[in-house]
Amino acid sequence: MFTSPLQTRRFRIFFAACWTCWSLLHMYVLYWFGFEWETAFTDSAVSNLLLLAASLLSTITLSYYIPARNKYGYILALCLVLSAVWLLLSRSLLMLLNPDTNDYSAFFSRSFPLRAAIGFLVIGCMSLLSVLWYTMQDQREVEKRKNEAEKLSKEAELYNLRQQLQPHFLFNSLNSINALIGSQPQLARTMIEQLSDFLRGTLKKEENQWASLEDELAHLQLYLDIEKVRFGHRLSTVINNRIPDMQARLPAMLLQPIVENAIKFGLYDTTDAILIEIEASLDNQSLVLEVRNPFDPETSSPRKGTGFGLSSVQRRLYLLFARNDLLQTEAAGSLFTTTIKIPQQ
Amino acid sequence: MISTIIIDDEPLARSVVKEYLQSYPQIAVVQECNDGFEGVKAIMQHQPSLIFLDIQMPKINGFEMLELVEQPPSVIFTTAFDEYAIKAFETHAVDYLLKPFGKERFGKAIEKFLGQPGQQKPNVEKLLSAPAELPAQQERIVIKTGGKIKIIPVQDIHYLEAADDYVRIYLSEGNFLKNKTMAYFENALPGMQFVRTHRSYMVNIQEITRIDPYEKDNHQAILRSGARIPVSRSGYAKLKMMLGI
Repeated sequence: MFTSPLQTRRFRIFFAACWTCWSLLHMYVLYWFGFEWETAFTDSAVSNLLLLAASLLSTITLSYYIPARNKYGYILALCLVLSAVWLLLSRSLLMLLNPDTNDYSAFFSRSFPLRAAIGFLVIGCMSLLSVLWYTMQDQREVEKRKNEAEKLSKEAELYNLRQQLQPHFLFNSLNSINALIGSQPQLARTMIEQLSDFLRGTLKKEENQWASLEDELAHLQLYLDIEKVRFGHRLSTVINNRIPDMQARLPAMLLQPIVENAIKFGLYDTTDAILIEIEASLDNQSLVLEVRNPFDPETSSPRKGTGFGLSSVQRRLYLLFARNDLLQTEAAGSLFTTTIKIPQQ
Repeated sequence: MISTIIIDDEPLARSVVKEYLQSYPQIAVVQECNDGFEGVKAIMQHQPSLIFLDIQMPKINGFEMLELVEQPPSVIFTTAFDEYAIKAFETHAVDYLLKPFGKERFGKAIEKFLGQPGQQKPNVEKLLSAPAELPAQQERIVIKTGGKIKIIPVQDIHYLEAADDYVRIYLSEGNFLKNKTMAYFENALPGMQFVRTHRSYMVNIQEITRIDPYEKDNHQAILRSGARIPVSRSGYAKLKMMLGI
């Protein structure tokens, strides 16, 4: 449904002025043909009021339904029907209201084709204008939606970029390097190398690509090594790959946010030294990845479902496999386990 | 001699500050802390005039740690948070250093501290009365009870009651005092969950079992724990809106 052009004040005034002029002209022409002012007025008022109603009806009808491109038969039919109804109605009303002199009914019969032509033209113009108006409105809406969609996708892209760069991780790593330059320049170099390799790997990967488990674990190891330098003895990690000589594959950068999450969760939820365990295994043609981190059940029970920043992983898995059960989380004692299953094609 | 404490969970981050401080013999590092708990203890023990404080730390963040210290010293924040997040407090702290920072930038912060009139009177109080900026602060409240630090997840709170300059927080296991105002909690606690039903009361709506009329024009909310909380006329209107009745 569209907003009718007559909802604009300017159009309404213009429309009313046109209608009044036309009605006055109609009345004058009849007077000029030799009818009484009264008869002329009734004729003009009845015909034009009904014509107004018919025009409005066509506008309103078209606001609910616009025929598809090049299918103007519908509009033609609508105009024909409306004109016919208008003619018959105005005829019966006028015969009823005006004095039944031979003069008037004969004149009416003679002017019938002219009236039909004028009625059809007016209703036709009104319909065409309405269709034009509504189509323009429709296009504007489509344009707006397109712009909005573009804006959204741009924002998503920016967000992704920002996520990829992980400013917090990056700046803290640079800060550690800054510290090492003074005390252990050799280690600073190693860390710069690791950080560069990690960033290069991150930038190379695209979300819709698949990667081998081996590559993903190697990339993850870089990340873990950097974090271990940052957090010193507090952080230790174990990667158990129980898939011997098998080419398991997974969507690129899917494991990364889960491990990041586990590290953040583990490091900031406890004050002790923590162990992050990552385990890969095969189960029934699916690659199963488990990430375990300790947490403090007293202060942060994992009550928010999958919470803890895993919703984007859930979303990606859903988009890839149309399944919502591939990401599972479990809290047992003070150990939090995140499990993802990736069906192997 | 000016004593200082460095509080940061990353050892290398602490070592940068220590290294830069070697150029200021008048400032002595009396202790280094791994987290906020250690930080609170060390501040009580040494009463330093300056601390270097990270924001993201285990269990409690830098702000929460400051809340637990009765007379906080001057603070220089050291953090990797971007400038936008910092805007909220930059006017209240002595300075903030964005990691990684160079020696020159560090020197400016120290000069700012040294040139500060009335070095012992920092405006940390103002900093702490600012509304919670970090999301974590809206999920938990940190209090000190006896010598212990307690972290309360906000959903465990039944209701809050104003008590002079403090607010009393009621949980199933008892109640705790926190030196904040009701207005602060109104800002900090999630608005979808807590309603200020009365000038002196704020209620967790999940705890409400019944709302009864009480005296003329007033109501009272009965909580699961059996507590009866006064509800003023405007509080009743708010409650009705929140509960959709």
